[in-house]
Amino acid sequence: MPTISISNVRKAFGDVQALDGISFEVNSGEVFGLLGHNGAGKTTTVRLLNGVLFPSHGQARVLGLDPTTDGPALRRRTGVLTETPSLDERLTARDNLLIYADLYDVPPSKLGRRVDEMLEQFELTDRADDKVGAYSKGMKQRLALARALLHRPEILFLDEPTAGLDPVVARQVHDLITRLSRREGRTVLLCTHNLVEAQQLCDRVAVLEHGRLVALGAPDELARGLVHRLPVEFEVAPDETAAALAALQTLDTNALARRDGRLTAQLDRDAIPVTVEVLLQAGVHIYRVNPQQPTLEDVYFTLHRKENGV
Amino acid sequence: MNTRAIRAVIRKDLKVVTQSKGVMIPLIIVPVMLLVAMPALTALLPMFTDTSSFRLTELDAFIEQMPAGLQAELAGYDELQRIVALVVIYEFAPMYLMVPLMVASVIAADSFAGEKERKTLEALIYTPTTDQELFVAKLLSAWLPAMAVALIGFVLYGVTANVAAWPIMGRLFFPHVMWLVLVTWVAPAVAGLGLSTMVLVSARAQTFQEAYQIGGAIVLPMLLLVVGQATGVMYFSTGLVFVLGLALWAVDVALIRLGRRAFQRETVLIQL
Ligand SMILES: Nc1ncnc2c1ncn2[C@@H]1O[C@H](COP(=O)(O)OP(=O)(O)OP(=O)(O)O)[C@@H](O)[C@H]1O
Ligand SMILES: [Mg+2]
Repeated sequence: MPTISISNVRKAFGDVQALDGISFEVNSGEVFGLLGHNGAGKTTTVRLLNGVLFPSHGQARVLGLDPTTDGPALRRRTGVLTETPSLDERLTARDNLLIYADLYDVPPSKLGRRVDEMLEQFELTDRADDKVGAYSKGMKQRLALARALLHRPEILFLDEPTAGLDPVVARQVHDLITRLSRREGRTVLLCTHNLVEAQQLCDRVAVLEHGRLVALGAPDELARGLVHRLPVEFEVAPDETAAALAALQTLDTNALARRDGRLTAQLDRDAIPVTVEVLLQAGVHIYRVNPQQPTLEDVYFTLHRKENGV
Repeated sequence: MNTRAIRAVIRKDLKVVTQSKGVMIPLIIVPVMLLVAMPALTALLPMFTDTSSFRLTELDAFIEQMPAGLQAELAGYDELQRIVALVVIYEFAPMYLMVPLMVASVIAADSFAGEKERKTLEALIYTPTTDQELFVAKLLSAWLPAMAVALIGFVLYGVTANVAAWPIMGRLFFPHVMWLVLVTWVAPAVAGLGLSTMVLVSARAQTFQEAYQIGGAIVLPMLLLVVGQATGVMYFSTGLVFVLGLALWAVDVALIRLGRRAFQRETVLIQL
C-alpha cells in the first residue's frame, strides 16, 4: 500500500482553482519531489494531505488514514516544515521545542533528552536559551526542522526547505533528507523550485502546473522521455571552427561557436550521426562529440513551453 | 480532550504575552490604578477635605433616592463612614469589572490576532490537536489570567480599602456579600465577554493592534455601568449584580458559539 495516495483531487479558493484534479502515489521510504512554479499548488497539496484544508473534490489517503476525518491522528505521525518557519520569536529555541513536544505528545520520560538531541543535531545547543527573534535565517530554518522531527514522524513534508539558505546550510539540509530516507526509511515529500536539488535528492518527482500534474516519474526517466533536443558539444580543429559552424547552420540546430574549436548545437539524439556526417563531409576534423545529459531543468522548461503552447 | 496539548498552548501563549511590553504594561498599570490607587485615595481623601458643608447634603439627597435596602445598610454608619462605604462598596463595583474585561481582551487579542500577525499560527494548525482543543486552549489562555488578576485584584482592593479607611471606619467593612457575587459570578462572565468579543474581532483583524482597537469598544457598555451607578440611574446591589452576571453569561454563550463556528482550521488557515 502506498504511504500517500491522492486521487483526482480538486481544490478551489473562490474563483481560483488551486488544484485541478491531481492524482499520484508516494511509496514508503521514497523522497518524492513536488515541483512547480509559484502558485502551482504545492503548498495546497501539503495542506490537504495533512487534513488542515479539505478538498472540494476527490480523496486522499495518508498512512492509511483519511486526512479529512482522521486529521489529528494523522498529524501525530507527520512532520511539516512550513514555507515560513512559523516559530515563536519571543521564546527561546528550547521553549519552542518543549512546547511542541507536548503538542506532539512526545513521551514525557523522553522529552528532555529528545529536545537536547535535536538541539545538538541542528547545532543550536549553544544558542538554545536565546530568543529565536535574534536568530539568523539559517538558524531559524534549522530550528523549524528540529521541531518538525521532534516526534519522529513517519512522513516528513518539507515546503521549500532550502529557500534563502546559504550553500553550506542548504547542503546540510540535503544531507539530512538523504539520511532520513536512506538510513531511517522515512518518507519525504519535498516541495521545491530548486531543480538541481530535486534531481539530486528525489527518487521521483511530480511537476505541477496551474494545479494540474504535467509530469510524474524519476528525474532521469522524465528527462529521457521528454527532452529530445539536447545541447551537444563539438570539439573540432581550431582553424576549422568557421567551416564547422557553416556546416552546422545548414541544419536546423541553433549552432553556436563558443570559442575556437568549440561549438554547441541543439540536436535530437537521433540526429547526432547525421550531423557528424555533415561535418565530416565539410572536411572538419572532429575530436570530440559530447551530448549533455538532460537535466530536470530541461524537463521543466520543456513542459513549461508545452503548457504555454510555445 | 487532549489536556496536555491544551496546557502546552496556554503555556506558550502566556510565555509569549509576558514577553511583550505593549501587553504587560496595561495589564499591570490598569489593575493597580483601579484596585489599589482608587480605594486608597477614596479612604484617605475625606480626612483631608472639609466634608462638613455641601457635600454631605448632596450625599444625603443621593442616599435618599436609593432603594430602601441600601439605605438601611448605610444607616449604621456616620456621615464620613457612609461616604467611604458608598464609594468603596458600590460606586467602584462596576469599575472593578473593567479589570477582568481588559485583561481578557488584551490577552485574547494577542493570542488570536497576535498569533496571526507573528505568523506562528500555521505551525500550531499542523499539530495533532483538534479544532476544539485549540479553541478551548486559546479561550483559557485569556480567561485564566483574567480571573487570576481579578482575584488578586479583589484581595488587594479589600486590603487597601480596609487599611486605608481604618482611621475612619474603625472596623473591617469589606468584603461585602455583593462583592463575593461580583468576583465569583460576574467577573468570570465579564472576562468571557472580553475574550469572546476578541475572538470574533480577531477572525477579521490581521494584527494585535487592529484587534485591540476594534475589540476595545467592548469597554463602552461597561462604562455605561460605571456612569449609571455614579449618576444614580441604577444601584448595584447583590440582586442586580446576580442578574447582570446571568445576562452576561447568556451573551458569552452566544458569542463563544459564534466564535467556535468561525474557528475551523481551514477557515483560519485561508485567512492567514
Ligand atoms: N488562502 C488562500 N486564499 C486564496 N487563494 C489561495 C490561498 N492559498 C492558495 N491560494 C491560491 O492557490 C494557488 C496555489 O497556491 P499554493 O500556495 O498551493 O502554490 P505553491 O505551489 O505552493 O506556490 P509557491 O511556490 O509560491 O509557494 C495559487 O493560485 C494561490 O493564489
Ligand atoms: Mg508554496
